Amino acid sequence: MSQGDIAAIFQGAVVTVTLSFIGILIGLPIGLGLALLRWAKVPIVANIVALYVSVLRATPLVTLLLLLFFALPNIGIPIGPTSAAILALVMNTSAFNCEVWRAALADFPKDQYEAAQSVGMRAGQRFRRIVLPQIIQVSLPGLVNEMSLLIKVTPVLAVVGVVDITRAAVRIGAQTYEPLPPFLVAIAIYAPIVFALVSLQRWIERRQSAAQVMP
Amino acid sequence: MIHDFGIVWSERGLLLTGLANTTILSVLAAIVSLALGILLTPALMSRHPLIAGMARTFVDGMRCIPFLLFAYIVYYGLPSLGLRFDNWSSGLVALMIYNTAYMAEIMRGAWAAQPREPIEAGIAFGLSEFRLFRRIILPPLLLSAGPVIGNQMIQIIKDSAFLTIIALPELTHAASSIQSRRYVPFAAFITAVFLYWGLCLVIEAAVSSIGRIADARR
Repeated sequence: MSQGDIAAIFQGAVVTVTLSFIGILIGLPIGLGLALLRWAKVPIVANIVALYVSVLRATPLVTLLLLLFFALPNIGIPIGPTSAAILALVMNTSAFNCEVWRAALADFPKDQYEAAQSVGMRAGQRFRRIVLPQIIQVSLPGLVNEMSLLIKVTPVLAVVGVVDITRAAVRIGAQTYEPLPPFLVAIAIYAPIVFALVSLQRWIERRQSAAQVMP
Repeated sequence: MIHDFGIVWSERGLLLTGLANTTILSVLAAIVSLALGILLTPALMSRHPLIAGMARTFVDGMRCIPFLLFAYIVYYGLPSLGLRFDNWSSGLVALMIYNTAYMAEIMRGAWAAQPREPIEAGIAFGLSEFRLFRRIILPPLLLSAGPVIGNQMIQIIKDSAFLTIIALPELTHAASSIQSRRYVPFAAFITAVFLYWGLCLVIEAAVSSIGRIADARR
């Protein structure tokens, strides 16, 4: 494996990290929006969201990705590998994020909400000043956990032709007839990223449980 | 559109074989990885630093690498070390080893949350270490870890879809092959999605009935 090969894998890593980041960035607020729709029990819409989340949580990312990549052009929506990858990541992660947000909303103390109402806060203010700061704190470990899960499924994006870490590693393995070294390099890039997220999650959990004991 | 689903229906044999293969892969992988995970759990909690360290390195290592890369290494990487498996054995071995780490971690978490008293009572009663584990520690452990094991089972089903890349004829592979021969991408993949959903609903139902049994025993 030459130096150029290693550089190619690192270029793939930039693509992987960028796509994951975009997926997380778009998926977080969409997940929150879906959770709010269920929390507010909007008729019919809440049921559709529940169905969406249930189906998406059971769908492997490969299957979802292949569905989007092949079926959307078929119904007249042209989609490239990168857009299909981002759409699949967003759909997948928003369903999981929705569940994390929903659990936090379900545990939210109702009396605080009523107190905010009694001092005359509008719905938007109540949500932004009272609900959001607290549910972010409760949801954070779950959301970080979901981010590490998302990164771990990104090698699948190579299937539709996104030139990420995995596709670069597969190509080099095929050219050099030695597949093991490029895969080990790929793992050496993935492992620290996921480990950092897992450690972040543990650190947040420890800090929060310490903060609960303190007062 | 209806016509497309008609085509998928005419290929139902292929899809059902895929569904059966996905189920077989997932069930075998879940049983073996749960058993190996249970064996690994005492090592994770060992007071011996070397044993605990090795177990911890394996578990954390597996939890930090993507399953697809692990499966690639088993299928494409190991032959260059002289170990050659076909796609079925490498897919199955990869699923089993990978999920052993997750199962061990799940069991460790459940074990740490168990009350100490029954174990101490068992020790005072003079049970041997093996009988203590099998009769006193394991049963409540499996019941309390049930929902998390169920989640992991769903994860295994979803991981097994990655094995389509090493041409293992599971559900997603069946849908791809229908899509490429008959050109009905939406109908083929959406059918696969709903079959996966069905599998997961079965597992969720099983988990909640285990939970009811656990509550009844309490």
